[in-house]
Amino acid sequence: MTVARPWRLGLRALALGYLGALLLVPVGLVFYRTFEGGLGEVWASVTTPAAVSAFWLTVTVAAIAVPLNTVLGVVCALALVRGRSRGRALLDLVIDLPFAVSPIVIGLSLILVFGAGGWIELPFQVIFSTPGIVLATTFVSLPFVVREVVPVLREVGEEQEQAAATLGASRWQAFWRITLPSIRFGIVYGTILSVARAIGEFGAVSVVSGRISGETETLTLLVEKRFNNFDLAGAYAASTVLALIAVATLLALTLVKPRQETSS
Amino acid sequence: MSVPAAPLPAPSAGWSSRLPRGTLGLGVSTLWLSLIVLLPLAAVVARSGEGGLDAFWSAASSRQAVAALRFTLLVSLAVAAVNAVAGTLVAWVLVRDAFPGKRILNALIDLPFALPTIVAGLTLLALYGRNSPVGIDVSFTQTAVALALLFVTLPFVIRAVQPVLIELDREMEEAAVSLGAGPARVFTRIVLPNLLPAILAGGALAFARAVGEFGSVVLISGNIPFDTQVASVYIFKQIESDNPVGAAAVSVVLLALSLLVLVAIRALGRRGARTQRRAA
Repeated sequence: MTVARPWRLGLRALALGYLGALLLVPVGLVFYRTFEGGLGEVWASVTTPAAVSAFWLTVTVAAIAVPLNTVLGVVCALALVRGRSRGRALLDLVIDLPFAVSPIVIGLSLILVFGAGGWIELPFQVIFSTPGIVLATTFVSLPFVVREVVPVLREVGEEQEQAAATLGASRWQAFWRITLPSIRFGIVYGTILSVARAIGEFGAVSVVSGRISGETETLTLLVEKRFNNFDLAGAYAASTVLALIAVATLLALTLVKPRQETSS
Repeated sequence: MSVPAAPLPAPSAGWSSRLPRGTLGLGVSTLWLSLIVLLPLAAVVARSGEGGLDAFWSAASSRQAVAALRFTLLVSLAVAAVNAVAGTLVAWVLVRDAFPGKRILNALIDLPFALPTIVAGLTLLALYGRNSPVGIDVSFTQTAVALALLFVTLPFVIRAVQPVLIELDREMEEAAVSLGAGPARVFTRIVLPNLLPAILAGGALAFARAVGEFGSVVLISGNIPFDTQVASVYIFKQIESDNPVGAAAVSVVLLALSLLVLVAIRALGRRGARTQRRAA
């Protein structure tokens, strides 16, 4: 250790103090406040019809957006790493846009395309309805799988695929037998991140959803509504459901990550 | 690893057989991104310019819009700066220090990425809001906005610096110490210069995130125009009051800013990779 002990303890105290005040104590307090009134109350407040419908809408939206982003994310990653065509640099930049663009701008952009008087008129309602929420969620969670798979693909290299090809494997066989197994942990990692983002998205969804209780209200919108209606206990309870999903995500990530590192 | 070169077709020789896959994948990717990302964003740009440049300018330079944009920029810069310092400190402690519970703490650093932003706002409000158990009430102030942004951007610098710090060669530092350098000198002359590209990249990501942030800010800021109203909340209010042109104009300013940051991070990454290659 190049740093003397008192210095080290001081820096440790500073870092822990910062993390505690900003992250650990506030999150802990919400858990405490939620269960203050007893489990029965919490259960009652997360099983109201509005809460149950919000939960299932959130799950449904994630169940559509995440598989779409996973499959097309792998296609994008393959095009970025293995493709020889031009325009890859531009594609690379565009993929990162959903991370950099404000969720409110994303919501607005979808209204301008699919809303009343927008660029595209579809036979069914998109904005203020489930399709709009799915689109918004797909937009915000688009980069995760691509960004996790690209470095893995680069690291794995093309040698095995080429070896398979020289041994007579078709491109499809090489993908299923060689490429896919070698990038599977990257895919899983990206998918977990997408799920967390899809379930937690608030800004973009709040613009396009219309907040119809029991119809287009997701869990995060329910938290905001309850808070604004002075139903603090209800807001905390719904928040805790979301926070538990977040913690489960972190657990899943830490379980996957070491395996991903040893596998490469 | 050297694979025998003979069976491998040279890129030019294999071009015709390779063309379908590369082109198909790129085509599907381009179509997908155009449909989900580019087309909607193009609609924002088109809508903002609908009334001509004058209409765009007057919408983007309305007093409230300018105030919101200025506050957003300043608070985001401040948040990025605090993150640069605090993030480096936390990364250093997580890499170089040892204490019980470090692994759990390390996993919890990512919590702000996993936690929905609206929950993050509510969480901070519980501790630093009106019914604060510690007697600190910052709700509806600019401090509250900064606090919310610090929460959601916490992992960026830490996660950028950590891997660099792990890879950093300890021998350089030990050599400096043996030559009589104090800890402060070792840090400023050896550790910091090596970490700087990562700190800048993490800070830039934090800045980009802060500029567009909405969910964590909306409850705690109170949305007071000319005071705590950030750009994204301003845009949201314009959408709600059915002023899509005003919303689109400020959105275009934010879009330009995000593009700028993305390009800057790329340039930074290329430079970092170049210096790394030179060092290797």
